[in-house]
Order: sequence, then structure tokens, then C-alpha cells
Amino acid sequence: MSPPPTASALREQQAYVAAQAADARVNVELDTGDMTLNIGPQHPATHGTLRIACQLDGEQVISAEPLMGYMHRGYEKLCEVRTYPQCTTLINRIDWLGSFANEVPFILAAEQLMGVEAPPRAQWIRTILFELSRIANVSLFLGDMGVQVGALTPVFFAFRDRERVLNQIEEVTGGRFHPNFDRIGGLKDDIPRGWIAETHAVMAKMRGFCDEMEDLLMGNEIFQTRCRSVGVIPGDVALSYGLSGANLRASGVDWDLRRDANPGLAWDQVDWRVWTHPDGDSFARYWVRLQETREATKIVDQLLDGIPSGPIMAKVPRIIKVPAGEAYVSTENPLGEMGYYVVSKGGLGPFRVKIRTPSFSNISVVPWVMRGTYVPDIITILGSLYFILGDIDR
Amino acid sequence: MADGTGDEQTDDAAAPGDEAREALAAELSELLGDAVVESHVEAGQNLWLRVDIEQWHAAMAALRDAGFAYFGFLSAIDWTDAPEGRYEDTEFDAAGVGEEDDEASSATAEETVRRGGGETRFQLLAQLHSPARHAAVLIKADVPEADGAPASVPSIIDVFSGADWHEREAHEMFGLVFDGHPNLEHIYLPTEFEGHPLRKDFPLLARAVKPWPGVVDIEEIPPELEAQLEAEVMAEFEASGAGA
Repeated sequence: MSPPPTASALREQQAYVAAQAADARVNVELDTGDMTLNIGPQHPATHGTLRIACQLDGEQVISAEPLMGYMHRGYEKLCEVRTYPQCTTLINRIDWLGSFANEVPFILAAEQLMGVEAPPRAQWIRTILFELSRIANVSLFLGDMGVQVGALTPVFFAFRDRERVLNQIEEVTGGRFHPNFDRIGGLKDDIPRGWIAETHAVMAKMRGFCDEMEDLLMGNEIFQTRCRSVGVIPGDVALSYGLSGANLRASGVDWDLRRDANPGLAWDQVDWRVWTHPDGDSFARYWVRLQETREATKIVDQLLDGIPSGPIMAKVPRIIKVPAGEAYVSTENPLGEMGYYVVSKGGLGPFRVKIRTPSFSNISVVPWVMRGTYVPDIITILGSLYFILGDIDR
Repeated sequence: MADGTGDEQTDDAAAPGDEAREALAAELSELLGDAVVESHVEAGQNLWLRVDIEQWHAAMAALRDAGFAYFGFLSAIDWTDAPEGRYEDTEFDAAGVGEEDDEASSATAEETVRRGGGETRFQLLAQLHSPARHAAVLIKADVPEADGAPASVPSIIDVFSGADWHEREAHEMFGLVFDGHPNLEHIYLPTEFEGHPLRKDFPLLARAVKPWPGVVDIEEIPPELEAQLEAEVMAEFEASGAGA
């Protein structure tokens, strides 16, 4: 048995341990400083191919820079060498989860330049299909947000119920994802027999889906902990970055193009309200989208009951020539403000089309909002901002 | 929201004369003073303001402070008639565009096209919105050219943070240079990409190599057939309209 250590030996040992610990601290601090984390290009949270280059300090994000262009298709250039009807084919593929809603502002811009107005029946059916694409689009978000926080069940519910909405869209347009159904001056076809009753039933189901999500996900404690006070965007920042749609309304800005700048569709004919949330965090964005989906089912229900009779196509020439001029029309799409600035020089095709997509502006806030957040929150914030890559890259 | 809807709809209903937009144009012209070169109101559609490029930054800041706090977008327009961008050999758009020898007529056409006027090749274009007043404004500015390249324009990134990416996009697509932008790099295109795709003199190679089959669809229909089709459409329209 060795003798007990002397006091001086003990002091020496303690000093050695303290020095080691101090050394380790220094090393740890040096190591965490220059950690780069690449998220994507292939990541389930990115709905396409978006790469986010994050600089980390330990668990904390110093900077996050989205790098896109993996899917840039040059639609603005391609539109310049196409006729107006051909453009809608491309435009369908911008936000591929809510395709019909993409077509509407472009068609409206062309109609504005031509001085054509679609007959009321066409406007109503347009509005119904517009809201149906909103429900199809946003319901996927409502489920998908669960995946971002680790709950797998909601997304299957979302796929199951979205299918019903897609079926309704398909029954009218013939296309589940890319209807290409809107025409300058009206619509390609009328709605089929029996569709109204079926759609009513689907809307009731979708309200059930919203209730389900509210119970299953929004009330869940884990979900709330992961989303409350995470990724807070104040209203003035949201405005300055051009955030639109639910992202803006979740920051407390009461602004909805359907109500405030209705370009002639039937939204002003029915009773509905705009939902806002003052918090501006991930939870608020989810909450607003959930309320909006429910509100959209009510809009559709009311519109279905009041479709006016009459033609679905205004009188337009067979060959569409758009008079010279410029027009900008934007609508409140599932993801936010989508607008088309169309310049015509009086030809068969547009001279220039500027496509203002919501996701591009919505995601430009990422460097701002990610600064100082923690790694696990990156994904929930990205998920809650809700973007479609086709809508960023066009 | 029932309380919010009423006023806005009456505004829209007053579209034919569009007093609301006229009044707004007058108000903003007064606010911006001599920065405004021209304003244009298209009844029931939009309001355009063309400002002096020297005062682009000041005008945007003044508009933001006047409540136009929502930054819609920023982009540019290249106004050249570029035959190589249009491929007139395919008879696409034979009427109106792509006739480079017809200087006079294209100049007159230009005046009717450009909302808010202007004569430079490149024009800046931005949209702002005031959520409180439910009013939008489109702002333009002529970008002068120096030595065959567009002169640099002031960046508005300190006024609207969201302008960052929009300016980068306008930079790579049109070759505009924004003074004061901290990171004016390609946003979509690869770093080594040369040229500015949205300029009219940038050829769309895929289209040059292979003529677009869609041209078949827009062949001229013989006048007599067109008249007949026109009559059919009209008859159909009247028939369906009569049932309403």
C-alpha cells in the first residue's frame, strides 16, 4: 500500500488537471468555430433541391446561406419565345403542388391587356379550382410539418386526404398536378355532372382532416415545444423581405390579396375572413395555414352553392394576339403573392414576363432568421416557411 | 374579415375613372417631388411611377416611409427588339416585333407600350405595396448606358432587405451593376457562366438549333376560314349566353 500523497503532491496533481481542462476548453472553442454544415441539395425538408450552407459554432448557427439554381429552368426567357397559350404549360410547373393557382394571374394579366373579361360562371369555377389547389397544396404542408419534428403519421393522413381533393381537380380538368385548364377569356370546359355534391362531401372530409391535424399535431406538446418562439419574424422584417401569404399573416400583418386587391375573381361574393397571428414563430405559421385551409373549404362550399349559369368562355379570337402594353397581376396563391408582369408588344407571344414567385422572397429571409438559432431548429423553420423549389428557381 | 372588405370593394367598383389611383399618383408625385419623371394610371389596373435614376434610392426610401413597406419585387426590362432573340425565320410574331429595319414604326409603337414612358434600353422595375392602404405602386427608372454597358445603379438593399436577392438576379440576368450591394454574385447560374440570359441579344440556343414545333399551331389561318371559324365561335357564344 502506497503512502498517502503529500499536500504538495496533491496540489501539483490538481494544477495539472486544471491545466488539462483549460487546454481542453480552448481546443473545444477553436474546433467549433469553423464548422460548416451543408444541408441538401437533397433533403426531405427542401421540397426539391435547395442547398443551405450553414456556419456553426457548436450547436448555434452563425450564418445560413441558401444556394439555389439546381432547378432553374429559365421560364422568363422561355416565355418570350412562346405564344400566350403555350406559356401556361410552363407556368403550371412553377409551384407544382398548386398548379391551377399558378395559371390564374398570368391569364388575368393577359386578359387585362386584351380588355377581355371572363363570364361570371368561369370566374366562379376558377375561384373554386383556385381554392381547391390551395387546399391540396397546404394540406400537404400540414402533414409534412409533422415529419420535420419527427412525427410520421400526419403526413400519411395528408397524402390520403389530399388525394380526394386531387380527384376533384382531376375530374374537372383531367390533370391531377398540371391541369392547364385556364384559358384567356374563360375555361376549357364546364364542370361535370354530379361534381358539386361530390366536392361538398370532400370539403367536409377536409375539415375533418384539419380537426385531425389540430388534435394530432398542433395540440401535441413536443410539437409546441419545437415550434413556439422558434424562428420569430417580426412584421416589419417580413414586409421588408417581401414575405407574403401565411408567412406574412403569421407575423401579424393583416394583408390578403384575395380581399385587398381582388383582380376580379369571386372571393368578394362569399363570406370569409383573413386569419392572422401576432407571434411570427413557426407555430404561428402552422396555425395560420391550418385556419386558412379550413377557411378555404368554407369558401369552396359557398361558391359551389352559388355558381351562376351562363357561358364559360368569353368571345375571344381563335388566335390570341395581345395588344401592346404592360400589366401586373398578382393573386394570393397557396404559398403567397404570385404575380406576373407581362410586357406585350402586340404579338402572339409576350415580350417579357417577370414572374414574381412567393417562395423566392419567402426564403430570402432565411439568412436573417437562422442567425443564432440551433441546429435542430433549422429544419423546423425551413419547414414552417414552406416553399416549393420550382417556385424559387422557376 | 367583414369589416375590412366593404371599403376595398367600393374602391374597385370605382375603377372606370379610377379616382383612387389618380389621387394616389398625385399624392406620391408631390411626396417625391422632382424625382418623378412621369406617372401613368391604367384605370382599374395599376399605377406606374417613373423616377429619375439618380434619385432611385431616395424615392424608394421615401415610399417606404410613406407606408409602402411591402417589397414586392425588383427586376428589369430589356427593351431592344432583338431578332436573334425572336427567331423571325420561324415566322413567329412576324407582325409587330423583330423588324429591325423599321425604326420609325417601332419607335412609335414603343411609346404606346411603355407605361410611364422612357427611352433607354434597360429599365429598372420594382413593385411596392402598402398593406395599410391596400394600394400598390410600380416604380420604374431608366438605366442610362455608358460604353455599351448599363451604368451602375444604386442598391436599395439598405431600404428593403429583400432587395438583396432580386438585385443579384437582375445582375446576372441583365448585367446591371448595383452600387453598394455587398455580395453581387450569381444567384442561379454557375459562377463561371458568361453572358446575361435575359438580355434580348442572348440567343436561346436550343431554339436556334431546333425550330420549335409549336410554330405549326400558330400558322396563319386563311382569311375565309378564319371568318367562318369566327362566326362559329360567335354562334356558340350567343347560344350559350342566351341560356343564362
